[in-house]
Amino acid sequence: MKFTWFNLMPWPYLPDDFREKNRSVWVDIDQRLFDPVKSHEVYNTYMDLLEYADTLGFDGIGVNEHHQNGYGIMPSPNIIAAGLARRTKNAALVVLGNSIALYNPPVRVAEEFAMLDCISGGRLVAGFPVGTSMDTNYCYGQIPALTREKYAEAHELIIRAWTERDPFAFNGRYNKLRHVNIWPRPIQQPHPPVHIPGGGSVETYDFCIDNTYSYSYLSFTGYIRAKALMQGYWDRVAARNTPDTSPYRAGFAQTICVADTDEEAERLYSEHVNYFYNRCLHVYPGFADAPGYRTIKTIQSGALSQYAPPRGGFAQLTWKDLIEGGHVIAGSPETVRHRMEELIKGLNVGNIFCLMHVGNMPAEKCMYSSKLFAEKVMPKLRGLLPACEGDERFWCHPIARRATPGTLPQPYEPARVTETV
Amino acid sequence: MLDLKTVDTRHAPVRYLEGGSGEPLLYLHGAGSVTPEDPLLNALAGTHHVYAPYLPGYGETEDCPTLRTMLDYTLHSWDVAEALGLADPILVGHSMGGMIAAEMAAIAPRDVSRLVLIAPAGLWMDDHPIPDIFTLLPFELPNYLFHDPEAGAKLMTAGLKMDDPAFLQTYLVRNARQMGMAGKLLFPIPERGLSERLYRIKASTVIVWGASDRLVPPVYGPAFAGAIAGSRLVTVPEAGHMVVVEKPAAIAEAVATLH
Repeated sequence: MKFTWFNLMPWPYLPDDFREKNRSVWVDIDQRLFDPVKSHEVYNTYMDLLEYADTLGFDGIGVNEHHQNGYGIMPSPNIIAAGLARRTKNAALVVLGNSIALYNPPVRVAEEFAMLDCISGGRLVAGFPVGTSMDTNYCYGQIPALTREKYAEAHELIIRAWTERDPFAFNGRYNKLRHVNIWPRPIQQPHPPVHIPGGGSVETYDFCIDNTYSYSYLSFTGYIRAKALMQGYWDRVAARNTPDTSPYRAGFAQTICVADTDEEAERLYSEHVNYFYNRCLHVYPGFADAPGYRTIKTIQSGALSQYAPPRGGFAQLTWKDLIEGGHVIAGSPETVRHRMEELIKGLNVGNIFCLMHVGNMPAEKCMYSSKLFAEKVMPKLRGLLPACEGDERFWCHPIARRATPGTLPQPYEPARVTETV
Repeated sequence: MLDLKTVDTRHAPVRYLEGGSGEPLLYLHGAGSVTPEDPLLNALAGTHHVYAPYLPGYGETEDCPTLRTMLDYTLHSWDVAEALGLADPILVGHSMGGMIAAEMAAIAPRDVSRLVLIAPAGLWMDDHPIPDIFTLLPFELPNYLFHDPEAGAKLMTAGLKMDDPAFLQTYLVRNARQMGMAGKLLFPIPERGLSERLYRIKASTVIVWGASDRLVPPVYGPAFAGAIAGSRLVTVPEAGHMVVVEKPAAIAEAVATLH
């Protein structure tokens, strides 16, 4: 099992009446709600927490890309990951990921990911999302019906840039490059492991299966509602005669809050969970799916309605609803262990993205919850799926001898010329 | 009165509506498509031989992945005219169809002598932004499309069973096909450089605008008229962007003035 401590980096100062006064947390969110000076503290605390997760023994620390978004103030995950590469030692840097259809040219992603892999000593796990419609179409202006074709071309270009050793010409439809020859290139060979975040598109299932990439379902609705989607993926794995059903072929994001007791968990975390599900997920429906973004095949599969937020949104869900519905796994270490077992076995997922920072949760509580999870829950889940054993295809392979940042030698001093008489 | 037929073209089999007799008239529909019951097509068919091809993705056809850009759709539309055996038809386009018609007339000015642009898309003025139709929810549309939103809403939902999940599924698929295609020309800003090409148009041109168009505001009328030499602007009172269904007679009248 691989556990990645994930921080979406929500803006923690959305007002109480945010939902009533604003139509969306995403795309056209009010500029005035962002305070650059306050963000200085927020960014540094969030990065400290990611670094803290490394010291707790999480296998990975995770960042992702969103634009114009009140629950994810991370338009460039690579900038955060670069900071983390220097200040962490062991954890994989899971960048989930760069929306490769947005970069012009996409060799920029090949280069920046290569830099991250080199600086971190081979600790990069690379994510290539198609990107949400909000980010890709509405914020970054990509034409919905052409997004997937552009994505596919960007993927081909990046993999070739990573793996070919001689300069080549790339005559794409969206990228015309005479001399592709990235410098640096990644440590990991043939290239860093790739995870693809998806939301139920059949095409994305197949893309992962065919390329031996891990399929990540990053939902906020929890493991119970995720069963249909993940089953769809595993059915597809079977249908395409995939040689194995390794649980590392899949990843899942889950909101998790741990305390000494179930009651303590509710007392400590319910306001932050409420902040996230009530304010942060308040997205205007007109931004949800630009026409043409989903393929007809995916819409026809009828699957999307199953993954939609509950009718009326999350605002009406109480702590009890969220816990019972599995949106949030919270409680004592024993309660959380039990629910996590259900999740891992039920979905057959080897990569768990632990959403341990929730909404406007302060650092102290987040650290308490993360520490309890790392010490009292994680060890008991490690051996849960024997099929994970020995499968190294979907995780990073750091080099053994890694540099220690901040250990420069004494500066050179020229020899003193002593005058002799 | 109008029959549904199919003709082969290089990129895709094209479905089209055909009816009436008289001079040939090629009608290009807007992003909301067109039906055999369309009042304007039926009015025009009283005096003309009307051809109204569906763009791939419309009229229950699949989107065509090899058509991507404005130039692709302009040439494809010429392919359709060719396949239908039309030489210098009266070229009429509404909204997105008007944008394509203007491009067709600009790219082949000697092949179009009569042009009717009905609330065409294709220009952009920063001071008069066109609402983003790709973010509008279905219930918001009538307000932008019709002079009388209430009557318009009734027209749009007539016969639709929006509470029936099976119908809703079909509706979602149709919407994704149609607007997915439209996005190639209109997303995120409905402008693809037409302003730099309008000067090439040689056709005798009538531009028609609904006075209460809240989607592409009437201020765009003079912008088109000013860029096409010798063109005439007709403003239709008590009509919105869907002037084609609200005031079809006024458009038929404007078509009749062309020579």
